[in-house]
Formats: sequence, structure tokens, C-alpha cells
Amino acid sequence: MKTNTVKTNTVKTSTVKTTYREAMREAIREAMARDDRVFLMGEDVGHYGGCYAVSLGLLEEFGPERVRDTPLSESGFVGAGIGAALGGMRPIVEIMTVNFSLLALDQILNNAASLSHMSGGQFSVPLVIRMTTGAGRQLAAQHSHSLEGWYAHIPGLRILTPATLADARGMLQTALADPDPVLIFEHGTLYASAGELPEDAGAVDIERAAVRRAGADVSLITYGGTLGLVLSAADALAAEGIDAEVLDLRVLRPLDDAAILATVEKTHRAVIVDEGWRSGSISAELSARITERSFFELDAPVGRVCSVEVPIPYSRHLEEAALPSMERVLAAAREAVGRNG
Amino acid sequence: MTARPPERQGIPHPEQARFLLQQMLRVRRLEETCVELYSASRIRGFLHVSIGQEAVAAGITAALEPDDAVVATYREHGHALLKGVPAGLVLAEMYGNVEGCCRGRGGSMHLFDSETRFFGGNAIVAGGLPVAVGLALADRMAGRERVTVCFFGDGAVAEGEFHESLNLAALWQLPVLFCCENNLYAMGTALNLTESETDLALKAASYKIPAWPVDGMDVLAVDEAAHRAVAAVRAGGGPYFLELRTYRFRAHSMFDPERYREKSEVAEWMTRDPINLLRAELLAAGEFTEKEWAELQQEVEAELAVAAEFADTGHPEPVEDLRRFLSSEPEPAEARAKRGAR
Repeated sequence: MKTNTVKTNTVKTSTVKTTYREAMREAIREAMARDDRVFLMGEDVGHYGGCYAVSLGLLEEFGPERVRDTPLSESGFVGAGIGAALGGMRPIVEIMTVNFSLLALDQILNNAASLSHMSGGQFSVPLVIRMTTGAGRQLAAQHSHSLEGWYAHIPGLRILTPATLADARGMLQTALADPDPVLIFEHGTLYASAGELPEDAGAVDIERAAVRRAGADVSLITYGGTLGLVLSAADALAAEGIDAEVLDLRVLRPLDDAAILATVEKTHRAVIVDEGWRSGSISAELSARITERSFFELDAPVGRVCSVEVPIPYSRHLEEAALPSMERVLAAAREAVGRNG
Repeated sequence: MTARPPERQGIPHPEQARFLLQQMLRVRRLEETCVELYSASRIRGFLHVSIGQEAVAAGITAALEPDDAVVATYREHGHALLKGVPAGLVLAEMYGNVEGCCRGRGGSMHLFDSETRFFGGNAIVAGGLPVAVGLALADRMAGRERVTVCFFGDGAVAEGEFHESLNLAALWQLPVLFCCENNLYAMGTALNLTESETDLALKAASYKIPAWPVDGMDVLAVDEAAHRAVAAVRAGGGPYFLELRTYRFRAHSMFDPERYREKSEVAEWMTRDPINLLRAELLAAGEFTEKEWAELQQEVEAELAVAAEFADTGHPEPVEDLRRFLSSEPEPAEARAKRGAR
């Protein structure tokens, strides 16, 4: 199954205009309509319509049994999601933002991720947890972090970072079919992104990375909220005569090693762009894997563009200074291809 | 708070009382066997035994149907046994053998068994409560009349997950029976050193959950309270809470020097040994004979001898299987049956 690029073998698929938010909502709606075991639970998902309006209208459509407003009890309702999954349901648990998910880390790590292995395969936890991640909206240090790389440290979890409309629309369905826990990280700046989706857009794979732009000179490896930035950087690099390939990881655990190695073996240069902090991060993991397995393919050291290691500040200029920027991505790419002198 | 039910009068059901005595003895002897095997280095890691607290697991599980779920703590050998997990699978698990209920991956603190709906074996204090709430939510949403029992200690009451879970269960009127095994110590710290309010049933009642304290050394009282609570929960009355006042006769774990309590306190509680109490009461009432007691002991010894033999002749899980079950890979029933004789 490889459906994350628009089909080219059909004559003409009619498309609809949509947004990341609407695509996500449509995915939830479809899942709930298809399977009675699926329900949505989280803070303000019902009467408020979802903190980011993803679930707007679903309470009216499916009722309060299946669109459950929860108390502000992250550990309680994430654990309840785990229990409900053990009990045969297919819960979608929404956590308002990644920083709040830390209150549920006990349940996510000690139960959801561990139960299958620890019980010798007797129990599985078919749970999907969605949460907002990332900065860029002046929400300051307790609503802006990118901790998906942390979660990718944990065996027993699958970590998804939909960056495109097709992935926003299609990853949930596949995640719900997975018998094990899946965490979906939705970058907060993406909800309003708009574009066209095929009318029949549906499930996509949750295994593989995707080459979003083919190129020959340098591989720009990224995911989630920084994909747009990296694609723009690739366009700017093209104007300078640097042909960049852009790999969207899509899945942070398990990493698609084959795709990562393939792009490095093609361009022999890699720059990783990650909104997370640099130390002990997913970018560090990627860099390590590339050097472990493709050391002799490399024509330059692996470059990294990450967030500055500070709590993300409120003021716009400081927030911008902390996050990966066009200038820093361009500089890293130029350095990788030896254009910085 | 709900009106407290009347104290029990005499032995209302002698047959049930004899059954409960047997159940408590099974737990006592299993635990004593664990301690012996630990001393012999056959069992390693942390080992927490429930000697002294047997009336709780015996009385509560006696009120359950096979399809009901149990979520328990790291002091759960007895709960697992009485929910129906064979003693051999429990001991083999503690030996770290593949014949154990979790292939030796969980050990003493993480006994799980899908066949009897025993959901652990949770070693994070209060970590099982939200899971129990979710299991009950699934039953409610699927229209099943099952009950989920959640055991936890007095230490759990200080955790946020306790309050989050009681609130959710009460808010959504879910079929959970919360059983707080109050043995007065969170590891080595006394309840009155950690709680501003030591009447634990009162905390549950504040969430509008019917709640009362029960003498956790009197198995007949526990049994009666459990049957009443389970019936109410099963009938759709929402969650229930029982505070079972009990006492652990042995150390917290095998590493505990017991600096935090007086020997005289332990001795005082041991005069209320739940097994001795019931045995004496049955004998005094003429509902039991010394001969029957001897037979009961023999039966339990035979069961444990078979279990110990099963554990002792087991095998370690092949190292090649280390990564198995990180992703779901349901084990075929026949393979499981073959691995762990029931």
C-alpha cells in the first residue's frame, strides 16, 4: 500500500478544497461512521468543538457517548483510553497539546507501550492518541514544544507526524487498524493550511517516509511542521543551482531506515531539519543511523538545523530566533554542498 | 456517605465460609512458598507478599463472575490465584520461565492473564485505576453487564490518578468496584504521615460514590460487602468503593528492614489473623472439624506441590524471542495451552 502521493494512473480524479483541520475531522467522522467501536475522548472535544476545532460538529453528529468531553485529567482519560482499548473499543484520545501529555506519560509509557510485551503478547492496546505539537504561534514555553522525538524513544509506540493534507486525511484510518498504540502529532501551524485533496482520498500507509521533492545534490530530511519550510528552502536552493531532495519522514518510530539510507546514498549529503531540541533528539538519532550505516557514502558531515535549546519564548522575534529558519536551513544546505567557502 | 450496612451476624453461609477459608489458605501457602523460593534464590527481583491480607482478595473475588475483570497492584499473587490463574503459572512466572503466565517477562509484580481477565500486576502506584475505568467504559459502551474490580493500596490515595479515576468513574457512572486495601503503610510511611484525611472512604464519598470501610481481617464481612457492592455495580448503579482495613504481617518486600513500625504493633494485628479467626469461628460454631482442617491443608499442599514442580521443571524463554510481542502477535490458543498447563 503506497498512497501518499497523488495517484497518477487515473485519468482525472476530481478534487475538493480542504484544510488540514477539515481533513483530520473528516478522517475522524469517517472512522466513527464505519466502526461503532471508535469514539473520541478528550478535553473540550465536544461542546467546545475541539481546542483547535478539529472535532467541531462531531458531538452533534455522534452524541455524547461517542464524543466525550473529559475532565482535565490527562492521566485519567489516557489511562481510560488504554482500558477501553483493552476492553475491545477503538478509542481516539485527544490531548490538547504535547506539553500536557507529560501528565499522562505514566499511562503512555508504563501501560500503553509496555502491556503487549510485558504480558507476553496476551494483551494489545489498539489506542490512537492525537495531540498538537510545535511552536510558531507565540504560545510560549508551556504550549510550544516539539516532544514527538521523545516519544519516538519508546519501544511499543508508533509515532506519526502528518505534514500534508493527504496524511492528515489518511493516517488515522490506518492507525485505528493497528492493534498497537499509535500517537499522532499534529503541528499547530498546520491546521489552517489549505489545498486540494482527491475526493476519494483515504487511508495511507503508516510505515514509510516519502520523497516530497526529488533532487540530486543534498538530502533535506524533515517531518511535520517544518516540511513546508524545507520545501520552500529547496526552491530557493534550486535558484542557486543546488538540487535538493526533500524526505518527509512521516513516521518517527519505527523509522523508515531504507528511505533514509536511499536518499543519502543518492545525494551523499544530508541535512536534518527538526523543530525539537538538538541534544538527545530524533535528529541525533537520524544522524547516528546515517553515519553508522552510510558513513562511506557521505561526502560531507551530516548537518542539523534544530530549535535553539531554550524553552520557547513568547515574543515573536525571540520565538523566531529559536526555531529553524529559512536562513539556517539554506546555510546548512550550502555548507553540506561546500558552497559556504 | 451511603448508610453503612449492618455488621454481619454469625456465619450466614457455612459452605461459603469454608470455601473462603480454603481460598485464604491457598493464598497464604502460595505466599509462604514464594518467600521460601526467594530465600533459595529461585525467585529474584522485588517480591511483595500479602500474608495477613488474604481476606481481602478472598472475599472480593468470591463475589465475581469469570467474565469480570480484575486490575491489581504489585502485591497481587493472591488476587491472580483467586481470579483463576493457576498457581503453577504464577510460580513459573516468578521463576522467569516461559511457562509462566507472561512468559517470565513480568515476574512477581506483573502477573497478567487474558483467559481469566486478570489485567495485572501494575507496579506504578495508582497506575491501574485509570485502566480499570477504561475497561468499565468499554463494557458500558458495549452494553455488557460486567464488573471491573480495581485493587490498590492506601498509598494510591495520594496519587492524582486516584482522584482522576474516581471522578471519571462517578461522572460517567461506570461499573467499577474500587477496593482500597488499607494496610496502614505506603511502603514504610504511615498513613497519618501522608494524608490530611485518613478516613479513605470519605474521599470516595466526596465523588458521590457509595463508600464504606470494611474490616479487612474478617473475610465474611468482606464477602458480604463485596457481594452487595458487586450486585449494585452490575445492576448499573455506577462505581462503588470499599476501604478494606487490613494489615501486612510481613515486610513490604524482601529488602525491608521494617524500621518504621513496632514489633508489638505487628504482634497485635497477628492476633487478628484472618485465617485463624475464621477457622476458630467455624470450629466454635460446629461448622468445621479439625479433621476437615487437616484435609484442607493437605489439599492446598498438594496443589502447591504440583505448582512448584511445574515451575521447577520449566524453561527460560529463548533469547531469540526477546523482541516478540513488542507489536501484537496474538499467540495461538493451542500454543499457549501447550506452554502453560492449566
